[in-house]
Amino acid sequence: MKRLFLAGALTTAAFLSVTANAADYQIDVEGAHASINFKINHLGYSLIAGRFNTFEGGFSYDAKKQSGSTVKVVIQTASLDSNHAERDKHLKGEDFLNVGKYPTASFTSTKYVAADAMSGVMTGTLELHGVKNTISIPVQKIGEGDDPWGSYRAGFSGTTTLKLSDYGIDYDLGPSSTTVELELNIEGVKQ
Amino acid sequence: MLKNSATSYGWVSIALHWIMALLIFFLFGLGLYMVELTYYDAWYKGSLDLHKSLGLVTLFTLIFRVLWRFINPSPADLPGPRWEKLSAHYMHLGLYALLLILMVSGYLISTADGRAIAVFELVNVPALPWGIDNQEDIVGELHEVLAWLLISMVAVHALAAIKHQLVNKDNGLGRILKSH
Repeated sequence: MKRLFLAGALTTAAFLSVTANAADYQIDVEGAHASINFKINHLGYSLIAGRFNTFEGGFSYDAKKQSGSTVKVVIQTASLDSNHAERDKHLKGEDFLNVGKYPTASFTSTKYVAADAMSGVMTGTLELHGVKNTISIPVQKIGEGDDPWGSYRAGFSGTTTLKLSDYGIDYDLGPSSTTVELELNIEGVKQ
Repeated sequence: MLKNSATSYGWVSIALHWIMALLIFFLFGLGLYMVELTYYDAWYKGSLDLHKSLGLVTLFTLIFRVLWRFINPSPADLPGPRWEKLSAHYMHLGLYALLLILMVSGYLISTADGRAIAVFELVNVPALPWGIDNQEDIVGELHEVLAWLLISMVAVHALAAIKHQLVNKDNGLGRILKSH
């Protein structure tokens, strides 16, 4: 876990070094001020929610130069948690995420287009279930500033909808359940 | 007679043996079958509920069976060389131990999130107050491997009994079918 974290931090650092002017932030997973949640329709009658408990990453952001914003997040797929062990076992198994074969999922940004000071669209590569697709995530900035403990923080939220079959997941959950909504709440501590 | 004697199994032991044999074969087949069902199969949910309920019934039966074995004499070993007697003995112990681990592992899959298991919606068997990360995955793998191992051992155990009956002609199978 430590090594993974270090590897992630190094990757993040390497990745972020290209945008030397912008401020680099590390996602605050220690304090769990970030979450990666998903929501999927159940039979067409309701929504069920789950999340990935273990991930790491960082982003680069400068309010004065938003176009240079980048983000990278690596998710440990085995940390899936839908609050039901039997379902989690199924979702982590070969019918769905196959976490034994694909232990991580990741999002690596390629472009950020700001709409205004508080919103924009982040485009990048999502790798999930061994499949890489380019996706665009509408992003809302929640806020940034000093925290009460001596650091500087910034936070964003983004939501996107994925078609499961685009990622080679074709288990039949019914016509209402072919897509999953992915929500990322990201708070970073300035490095 | 109900209790075992030095020369014969009693009816209670015989009944326990065959009830568990039926349960084990049924659970094995049901287990293989239910994991192949799809989300829209009518029995997708019911098959798992039945598997869990019968699994726990088998666990309670096993506990009673082991207790019954302790308070009963065991019939004398079938005649044969020492290695045969020893391997029969260890096979029986191994079957009990494996059954116990197999059923406890099944329990640990379904209770990994702290949920109880409802046995036929009559009795709730609560979860343990602690668990490990990804318990349902780790114990799930174990459950599958142990199930195949158990069935392999059962096959050897049954073949040995048939061999005793037909080749050695020492009533090796008959003594678990009828009490004297």
